Amino acid sequence: MSAAIAPPVGEAPAIAPTRRRRSRYFRNPWRKPLILKSITLAYLCWSILPVVVAILISFTSGRSRAIFQPPLSLRWWIHDDLSVWKNSEYRNAIFHTVRLGLSVVAITVPIGTMFALAMSRWRSRGTGAVNFFVLLAFVVPELILGLALLITFSQLFTFIGLGTRAQILGVATFQISYPVIIIRSRLISIGKQFEEAAMDLGASPVQSLRRVLLPMLYPAIFVSAVLVFADTIDEFVIVRYLSLGAGTEPLSVKVYTAARGSPVPSVNVMATIMLMTTLLVVGGGGLAYKRLAKQEKGEASAVQEFALQI
Amino acid sequence: MSERTTRAHRRRRKRQQRLRLKEEGVWYPRGFWPAFAAPATIWMALLFVTPFYAVFAVAMGTVDPIFRNPVPVWQPWYWDTSQIVEVFGKIFGTGGQPAIFAPAFIRTFENVFAASALCLILGYPVAYFVARHSGKRKNLFRLLLIAPFWISYMMRMLAWVNILQPDGYLNMILAWLPLDFLPIANGHYGWLEGHQATVVFGIVYGYIPYMILPLFAGLDRIPQSLLEASRDLGASAPRTFFRVTLPLSKPGILAGLVIVTLPMFGDYYTNNLLSRRPTTSMIGNLIDNNVGVPSRVSEAAVLVLFLAVILIVPMSYYLRTTSRQEASD
Repeated sequence: MSAAIAPPVGEAPAIAPTRRRRSRYFRNPWRKPLILKSITLAYLCWSILPVVVAILISFTSGRSRAIFQPPLSLRWWIHDDLSVWKNSEYRNAIFHTVRLGLSVVAITVPIGTMFALAMSRWRSRGTGAVNFFVLLAFVVPELILGLALLITFSQLFTFIGLGTRAQILGVATFQISYPVIIIRSRLISIGKQFEEAAMDLGASPVQSLRRVLLPMLYPAIFVSAVLVFADTIDEFVIVRYLSLGAGTEPLSVKVYTAARGSPVPSVNVMATIMLMTTLLVVGGGGLAYKRLAKQEKGEASAVQEFALQI
Repeated sequence: MSERTTRAHRRRRKRQQRLRLKEEGVWYPRGFWPAFAAPATIWMALLFVTPFYAVFAVAMGTVDPIFRNPVPVWQPWYWDTSQIVEVFGKIFGTGGQPAIFAPAFIRTFENVFAASALCLILGYPVAYFVARHSGKRKNLFRLLLIAPFWISYMMRMLAWVNILQPDGYLNMILAWLPLDFLPIANGHYGWLEGHQATVVFGIVYGYIPYMILPLFAGLDRIPQSLLEASRDLGASAPRTFFRVTLPLSKPGILAGLVIVTLPMFGDYYTNNLLSRRPTTSMIGNLIDNNVGVPSRVSEAAVLVLFLAVILIVPMSYYLRTTSRQEASD
């Protein structure tokens, strides 16, 4: 009998505290945001883990693209006949990617820097209109710009034609906005007083620009070069439309074409190479940038700042 | 009236400034700054404005009667709208044509609406947590939020192509879980065989980082003191959120939605990677399928014009807000 009565007695206090504790959790204004935190952590796992899986599969030793088969091997990197290194088309794609990246940086950074200078020191209706187009090129879906450029190079600028040159020109049009935006915001934060002081002390316009303003802009120029390079590696819509045969397809386009069809994990290897290149450039760039901008406090997070601006 | 006076005022002030600068020795020779603006101006004229004109010229041009390749017409007074009328008919079923493009257009709106709503619903809590509650680890969290930007879209989609294979990890997990009553948990479900839900999932996965960053930036700017004031004056925590935080984060929400929807409308690659079936195609796929065939490039050009018309509102909103931001800098 006593055993039959005992459970209700024992149960009542067992339930009450949990109930009270739960409501106390929600009533506590300083409670830890556990729900928000778990959503955030789940999101971060969801956004990063699949990529880790894809990288892992590039080091598989089996043939399957669906699962990783241990041990870690470089079979699809260099050893197998279908690996990226043994396939001359894939190997060329790596070099083509780098070539495009460097060429686009070499074009966009000087033109963008010059335009940013003109934009912030000499405001006119003309620069306003060009700036409008620069921003527009940035937000227009790449599909639209890609088709427009394809028609232009195949119908109008036939002396250039499709191929590497068209790809460089096309991607540069899309990427020119990075240096313009970054260097302009840097120029605004520098202000005009330095060049005015230099010219007051007798420097010519060119001297004040080269000796005073340009050295202050080096960090921003550097960041925009890194970003343009990293973004050009990933670019594939415009590049694909302007390509001429398999010889002018960079890694991104190769990955796109082979992503569904390829029977072996070489695709993952190419994607991993792209990722490593980007991370190498951005990471190395970030470290170099920290050194470059050491004197200027608060400038270390400009890469992040920029990413928030997009 | 008032605008005119301010303009005159501004002009006068500018002249005074110029005089002052000249006195101080700060002057630039004529054409100094225009020379700096010239390369970008020429570049954008040749490689941005001209291409868009070329799209018009092809869309309203003619087609070679023998080779069926597009012949652009460069003079606007010879432009011919018959191709536009034809594509219009294929979309809306007018002119006695079957509306063969209608499903793709409807699906595009469905996908973009669903995906951007999901991006907002999933992204807001994340951005809110990192902006308000991440404390000392804010920079680490911010870095992790930015990380997807450095991983190419291709790589991120490829990862899901791997995981969603019939013998891939997702099916392995589903078969392992006790979910036998679900038809999708049979262990060899074809996730990549033309499901609209997979495409929407892929689009959300691809673009959600672009949503979170503007949201985060907007939420991070809200001063803590406002929230404290609201609580001090007696508002409950949910009320503070709905009356203070949410209204103040509206610009961030709008910016995120615009940034996310613009590329979504032009997306065709997510579809091609995660479905590859015409049953899930979007406007982007209609355009992309036509690009490969020379005789149908003009149809692609017309479709691009339609797409541009759809996107005018979000694009002009984006351009207006960014230029206003620049003006306030």
